[in-house]
Amino acid sequence: MRFTLNGTAVSLDVAGARRLLDVLREDLQLTGTKEGCGEGECGACSVLIDGQVVDSCLVAVGQMEGRDVVTVEGLALQHGKLSQLQQAFIEHGAAQCGICTPGMLLAAHALLQQSKRLDADDVREGLAGNLCRCTGYTKIIDAVLACAK
Amino acid sequence: MREVKFIRPKSLADAVQIYRATPGCRPLAGGTDLMVMLHAGTVRPAPQAVLDLWSLAELKGVRLVNDVVEIGAAESYTGIIGSQVVQQHLPALAAAARTIGAAQIQNRGTLGGNLANASPAGDTLPVLLAYDAVVATDRRAIPIDMFFTGYRKTALESDELITAVQFPLGREVAFRKVGTRAAQAISKVVMAVSRQPARIAIGSVAEVPLRARRAEAALNGGDVEGAVAAVAEDIRPIDDVRSTAAYRRAVTQNVLGGLLDAFARR
Repeated sequence: MRFTLNGTAVSLDVAGARRLLDVLREDLQLTGTKEGCGEGECGACSVLIDGQVVDSCLVAVGQMEGRDVVTVEGLALQHGKLSQLQQAFIEHGAAQCGICTPGMLLAAHALLQQSKRLDADDVREGLAGNLCRCTGYTKIIDAVLACAK
Repeated sequence: MREVKFIRPKSLADAVQIYRATPGCRPLAGGTDLMVMLHAGTVRPAPQAVLDLWSLAELKGVRLVNDVVEIGAAESYTGIIGSQVVQQHLPALAAAARTIGAAQIQNRGTLGGNLANASPAGDTLPVLLAYDAVVATDRRAIPIDMFFTGYRKTALESDELITAVQFPLGREVAFRKVGTRAAQAISKVVMAVSRQPARIAIGSVAEVPLRARRAEAALNGGDVEGAVAAVAEDIRPIDDVRSTAAYRRAVTQNVLGGLLDAFARR
């Protein structure tokens, strides 16, 4: 099957019913995408498909034919320069243990793509599908708000 | 899991034909239920194949045709929430869709999946009952109050695919969900109510999403207090990890009272 992954065309020969999460981590060695619950509750495995945030543990890789997939490895700008959002996470101390961070970044990125006019409640609702086991939500919300207007 | 064949039909007609011809095949849309069960190996009977319906254009979209709103079985909740037709004519459906999971689940979950999975806690299902929706399949139209036949059992035949859900216009429906938190919660009680005609539909209080017929009869007679009293007899709640039967009974009565009160003040 063929799809676009972080801006590059990929062609894979894998069983279509496998989880996108597993193919990303095991076959493509893109281990930035984390597995948390494996049930669509925690958002650690969030990726973007055609710009929409989804849990990659709930997606069959066969459904990616012709789609555009972005993982946390694809969020940085060219030449390894971090995006404004990633930089804001660093500056606000928005990562503690770090396992939720890739998913938080992708959900926040999708939210900011939809609208830059966000208040704290909008961010809380937009990130409601991403759990932080360190409970460090305040700094995460601050970092996202720093990228809103 | 890895032996499960992945079938990607080219069209709805192709999907219908393959589904009829392939024993042990499970339809797959957004995967929010089925992918969890496939990975855990808890799908019974164990499927030989999955049939991917997610990308079929015929199963997408919201259309207003001749006083009926038709929503494709594989349209996402995000698409439903964003639809102007839904916002105008079916606001209770948009309200229910907004309470399902969070962005990740709303981007993938579908009405077809909620129906086929037939969980008693499916959040859109009481709304469908309150609107008297019709489930369109590849071969017939099934009235929603004939659809749920038992715990996670439906009126669908083993080779029948849901294609759309149809809603009549001109009905006011109120919706309320009670869960542990606003997002990512499986309902303790979920309710949709229409005053005229009287429809009281409730999830998470029995083995199926149900219509509270005694309460509806009282409401039809204009007896609001009687409806609130009678609903406790209509439901069959249980104690489980999410709540207790006693709590569900009390909350069901309170939520019904609150929704009927809100109707009275309109």
